[in-house]
Amino acid sequence: MSSNAPTPATTAAAAAKPPTRPLRSSGTDKGNPWTYIPLVLLAVTFVLPLLFMISSSFKPRDQILADLTSWRAFLPVGDLSLDNYAGVFDRVPVGQFFWVSTVVTVSIVVLGLIVNSMAGFALARLNFRGRGVLLGIIIATLIVPFETFAIPMVYLVSNLPRVVLHSDGFALRMGWANSYEVLIIPFIANAFSIFLFTQYYRSIPKELDEAARVDGAGWFRIYRSVISPLAGPAFATSAILTFLPQWNSYLWPLLVIQQENMRPVQVGMRYFFASATAEGTPWGQIMAYTSLITIPVILVFLMFQRAFISSIASSGVKG
Amino acid sequence: MNRRTIGVVAMAAALAVAGSACSSQDRDGWDGTGPVPITLWTHSAGNEGEMEVISQIIDDYNASTDAYEVVRQDFPQDAYNTSVQGAAASNDLPCILDVDGPIMPNWAWNGWLVPSGLTESDVANFLPSTVGRYNDEIYTVGYWDATTVMFSRRSVLEGLDIRIPTVEQPWTASEFDDALRRIQDSGQFDHAVDWGPSDQSEWYTYAFSPLLQSFGGDLVDRNTYASADGVLNSPESLAFAEWFQNQFDSGLAPRSNAQDRTEFRNERVAIQYSGNWGYLQNYTEFGDDLLVLPPPDFGDGPKVGVGSWQYGLTRTCTDRQREGALEYLRFSMQDRYIAQFSDVTSLIPATTTAAELTTSGYYGPGEPLEFLTPMSEQFGLVRPVTPAYPVISQVFQQQFQNLVAGEDPEQVLDQSVREIDADINAARYNR
Repeated sequence: MSSNAPTPATTAAAAAKPPTRPLRSSGTDKGNPWTYIPLVLLAVTFVLPLLFMISSSFKPRDQILADLTSWRAFLPVGDLSLDNYAGVFDRVPVGQFFWVSTVVTVSIVVLGLIVNSMAGFALARLNFRGRGVLLGIIIATLIVPFETFAIPMVYLVSNLPRVVLHSDGFALRMGWANSYEVLIIPFIANAFSIFLFTQYYRSIPKELDEAARVDGAGWFRIYRSVISPLAGPAFATSAILTFLPQWNSYLWPLLVIQQENMRPVQVGMRYFFASATAEGTPWGQIMAYTSLITIPVILVFLMFQRAFISSIASSGVKG
Repeated sequence: MNRRTIGVVAMAAALAVAGSACSSQDRDGWDGTGPVPITLWTHSAGNEGEMEVISQIIDDYNASTDAYEVVRQDFPQDAYNTSVQGAAASNDLPCILDVDGPIMPNWAWNGWLVPSGLTESDVANFLPSTVGRYNDEIYTVGYWDATTVMFSRRSVLEGLDIRIPTVEQPWTASEFDDALRRIQDSGQFDHAVDWGPSDQSEWYTYAFSPLLQSFGGDLVDRNTYASADGVLNSPESLAFAEWFQNQFDSGLAPRSNAQDRTEFRNERVAIQYSGNWGYLQNYTEFGDDLLVLPPPDFGDGPKVGVGSWQYGLTRTCTDRQREGALEYLRFSMQDRYIAQFSDVTSLIPATTTAAELTTSGYYGPGEPLEFLTPMSEQFGLVRPVTPAYPVISQVFQQQFQNLVAGEDPEQVLDQSVREIDADINAARYNR
C-alpha cells in the first residue's frame, strides 16, 4: 500500500458529512433589544455570584460583611489585598488538594471518554440480543441516588485487593481506602455518558460503517477512525459533564479517604468552618479558596463550550 | 508448558511474593521494630488553636516513650462523622477516636468504640459531662465542655431596668418574658432575642432540648429509652412548643439569622442564645459590657446543654496498641493540657484544677466565665444516653424547624414521637 493510499477510515470519513445541525440562525433577531434584555439579565444573574466571590476574596472579613447590603459587595473596592489567599495557603495544603483533584478528575474524564464512548458505540451500532434492555437498565441506574448505595460501595471496595508498590517490591493489600484507585475506578463507567454517546452515534449515518466494512475495517477500527472523529461534540459534552461532578466530589472521598494527602479540593473547603475562634468564620479566605477551585471549572467550560452547545443542540440531550 | 499454564504459575508466584510482603507487617502496622504505631483521629483540622495543643500532647507523649508512637490524622469537623462511618464500614478505624459526646452511645452500640479501660480514679476530678459512660463503663473522656448561655449587654439591661440574672437567681419564665417584651417595646432593636434558628446542625437539639426540659418535658423516656411517647408529646412539652413558636410569631425573635450570628454584635438583637464558644467574638466586640447569663428557669429548674468532644478507643486497637492507647489517654488528661485547650477555645476546662492553670483570663478565680463550671455541673443535663440519639436529634431538628416555620405544635410533637419510636422499634437498641 502506498503511503498516500486512502485507508478505509479516511475513505469512509470523506464520504460523510458531519451530522451536526447548524445552530439557530441569528437572522432578524440581531439588534432587537427585546431579545437581548432578558439574555443580559439572565447573564448578570449568573455572573453576580462570581463577581461577589472574586471581589470578596480580596477584602478583609469585616468589609465583606459590611458591603453585603450594597452593590459594593460585587465590586473590588475598599481595602483590597492578597491576605486571604496567603491565609488559604497557611490553613490548608491547597497544592496537595489540587493535585489529587486534578489527577482524579483528569483520569476519570479521559478513561471515561474511552470506556463510555465504546459502550455507546456498541449500543448504537452493534446488533446483539438484549441491546434495548441493556440500554434501559443503564438509563434506569440514573434515577438511583448515589447516597443510597454509597455505603455498600464502601464495603465492596474495602474487600477488593490492591497491589501496593514499595521501594523493595510490591505487596498485595486488602481494601482500596486511601488510594487513587478508589477515587477513580468506580466513576469511569457513567450511565449518562453512555446514553449521550449512544444517542449521538445513532445520529451518524450507518452508511459510514458499511462503507468502512467494505474497505475491510473491523468494528474497533470503525469506532476509532470513522465514527469517533465525527463525535467531537459528544466527547466534549461528556468531558464537561463528567468533569463537573468529579471536581466537586465530596461524599465519596469523605467515606473512603482518611489521609490528608489524598483529599480533594471540596473536602478542603470544610477546613474553613472550624468553630470557637475569635475571628469567626474566615469568609475572605473561603471566597479566596472558592475562587481558586472555581478557576479550573471555568477554564474547562470555556475550552469546550462551543462543542458542548453543538452537542446539546444536535442530540437533544441536556445536562 | 503452554501460555496459559505459564500465566497461572506467574500469577501464583506473584501472589506468594505479595503474601510474604503482607505478612511482614501486622494488622496494626507494626513491623516488629521500633515503637508500635497508634493512629489517632481528630475533628479539629482547620482549627489552629486546638491543633496546636493536640500536636503538643502527641509530641510530648511520643518523646516520653520508646514503646509507642501516636500518629495523628486530622479531619475537618463538618466532615468528621461521615468519614468515621465510612471507615467503620471498611474496617479502617484508627485506634484512638475523637467523638462528640452524645454520639458516643451510638458508636459504642455499633461496636466501633470499646470500653477505654479508664477507671473511676482516672476521671474522679473531671466534670461528669466530660466523661462518656455507656452501660456502666467509661468509654470516652474529654478535655473541655461546652454549654449553652445567653449573651447580653449590661448597658442594655440596666438601661431598660431589667434585672441581671445569676446562677443563684436566674430569670423566672415570667421575668424572662417580661424582659423580652420590654426590650422589644423599647424600639432599640429589630428583635429582642436571637435563638439561632437558621443553624442546620445539631444545634436544635443541643440548644433547645434544655429549654424543653426546663418546661418539664424531654426528648425520650430516660428510664427505659424505649419510647418518646408520653414524654416528647406531654403537656409540658406542648407548653414549650407553643411558647417557642410564639417567640417567632410575635416578632420577639427572628425566624432566621446570619451564619456567624452577627445580629447581636451588630446590635440588632439584645440577647443572643448561644454556646459559650461565642464568648471570644462577643467579648471582642463589647468588652466588659458583655454579660454571660444563665438560661431562665421555666419551671423545672434552668437547664443547659453539656457534653462535647471526647476521646476513646476503637475495636480496631490490637492488644498491644490498646495498652499504649490507654497510656496515651491518661498522659493527655494532665491539667496543663486541659488548661491550654481552654485558653485557645474559651471552652470550660474539664477539671477545676486545670481552670486554675488557665492564663487566658476566662476561668480563673474571679474571671468572667468562672461561673460556667459550677453552672454546667448544676444545670447541665446530658443528651439522652442512647444509641437512638442521632435519630432523635435529627427528627427533633427537622420537626422543630417546621415549628419555627409555623406548623401546629401538637402535630409537630406527635410526628416527632412517631418517627423516633419507629426508629427505636426498628433498630431494637434495647435488645
